[in-house]
Amino acid sequence: MSTIPSTALEIAAAVRSGALSAREVLDDHLARIDAQDGEINAFNLVMTDEARAAAAAVDARVAAGEDPGPLAGVPLALKDNLCTRGIPTTCSSRILEGWRPPYDATVVQRVNAAGAVSIGKTNLDEFAMGSSTENSAFGPTRNPRDTGRVPGGSSGGSAAAVAAGFAPISLGSDTGGSIRQPAALCGVVGVKPTYGMVSRYGLIAFASSLDQIGPFSTTVADSALLLEAIAGHDGRDSTSIDAPVPSLLESLGQGVDGLRVGLVTELMGEGIAPDVAARVRQAADALTAAGAQVGEVSVPAAAYGLSAYYLIAPAEASSNLARYDGVRYGMRVDAPTTAEMNAATRTAGFGEEVKRRIMLGTYALSAGYYDAYYGKALKVRTLIVRDFDKAYADFDLLLTPTSPTTAFKFGDKTADPLSMYLNDICTIPTNLAGHPAMSVPFGGGADGMPVGVQLLAPALGESTMFRAAAVLEAAAPALDEVWS
Amino acid sequence: MSARLTRDNVAKVADLARLNLSEAELERYTEQLGAVLDHAEDVASLDLDGVPPTAHPLPLVNVLRDDVVVEGANRDEVLSQAPSVEDRRFRVPAILGEEP
Repeated sequence: MSTIPSTALEIAAAVRSGALSAREVLDDHLARIDAQDGEINAFNLVMTDEARAAAAAVDARVAAGEDPGPLAGVPLALKDNLCTRGIPTTCSSRILEGWRPPYDATVVQRVNAAGAVSIGKTNLDEFAMGSSTENSAFGPTRNPRDTGRVPGGSSGGSAAAVAAGFAPISLGSDTGGSIRQPAALCGVVGVKPTYGMVSRYGLIAFASSLDQIGPFSTTVADSALLLEAIAGHDGRDSTSIDAPVPSLLESLGQGVDGLRVGLVTELMGEGIAPDVAARVRQAADALTAAGAQVGEVSVPAAAYGLSAYYLIAPAEASSNLARYDGVRYGMRVDAPTTAEMNAATRTAGFGEEVKRRIMLGTYALSAGYYDAYYGKALKVRTLIVRDFDKAYADFDLLLTPTSPTTAFKFGDKTADPLSMYLNDICTIPTNLAGHPAMSVPFGGGADGMPVGVQLLAPALGESTMFRAAAVLEAAAPALDEVWS
Repeated sequence: MSARLTRDNVAKVADLARLNLSEAELERYTEQLGAVLDHAEDVASLDLDGVPPTAHPLPLVNVLRDDVVVEGANRDEVLSQAPSVEDRRFRVPAILGEEP
């Protein structure tokens, strides 16, 4: 039995007080990775040497009587689309294999400054495009709860690393659900903050108007801790919001008495597995029991979210991924002319799903189709924002499933891209609106796999969202409780 | 708008996107992208006259900062990651048909 506490809050407190050294904490987690990651494959790279140096620096600060920060000595896993200076950053793509970024992402600088020990780079669907981590060029990550099933995606490695106990906290990115869906499928907490709350500087771009970085953890409080550490204005991201960071940890004990919570009718019927919907109703009952007023609310445009997203996100991706041309970084396949070299490099370097999205986006933006597809999708985005605004006139928070099903088996959805895309039906509308949302584990489904329930809030509504998350966490049935 | 995506459309798009696709890939992508676009018909068929587009979730216009010089990326560190370099510049094959 390990004597190392399981949460970031406890580890940081023990390290700051000198009761535990960062080195002991790190050694314990490296041993778990060594024993189990061969099977799980959560990591593309374990940063053993860098992590040992970071832990030693934290211990030296404690010995010198300094405060190493709120994440002192806490092992933290980074999605491998976050730039780390001098350390390979691949996006799980052949095209970036071996590339060492010349700078750190802002979030990497901030977690380091807060005393965290970055322990490794986690696997993802190539360029964050996917919902199962099966699209990685370096092999899929397995769900620690059942290694025959996917961990979700695209941040599957970051979710699995936390679920497997390789690190108490990790960072992922969420463009259409890529934090919340794997959190749900692996039975951990995952948060997509308000667009602009966390700097995207150094996050390798997929769809820039939708991408947002956020935390994974086993507890709601640890996500609050990590989000407080990474949030806040950054002049290097022009979409960064210049507003004070809310006190999320302080909000946790405030309960939900008097809060109005709306159950979104469009996301509780067709397409949602009955066992998942039953857990969401049970979560609604738990909020009612804690004093919230729960009612049903309609967000009609949410029904068009998926279609709009799969035009907007690929369109932005086709533009963002034009930079991988074999000139400045990453792989190059030689050819007699630059144009041929560009195409040969991209053809060899990108995987099938990335090519599919680039094609879809290029088509949606091309002459003759722009107005019909991309232009209409942007107008639908307006309708979604308006419908959310209407819902939030009557409700403080919204409640939905995170994913329509529990974790599925490898290969179940790879032959039919559309069936994979439908996984994101509950998470996508939030990204289109730029609002915050989070997934909280709430018992198991009929197959015994974790179910996540999703809380949604208006822009910058994180404090209220975390209050309800804490209540749901306390009321959640055990995963092994028999489903009925 | 329900005109089904053709193989020629897909070949044209692949060329624009600088991707070389095999015959088998062209066939597969034609079918798969067609299915996604069929699903998108629910959006393409909506009457959205008078609805303004939303390109971005934040009401940002111009973001300005003081014109202060800050340290940029290290040139040698950046070039060390390039596939081919000559005279501290990125090197590429022929561009305009000249002999390499």
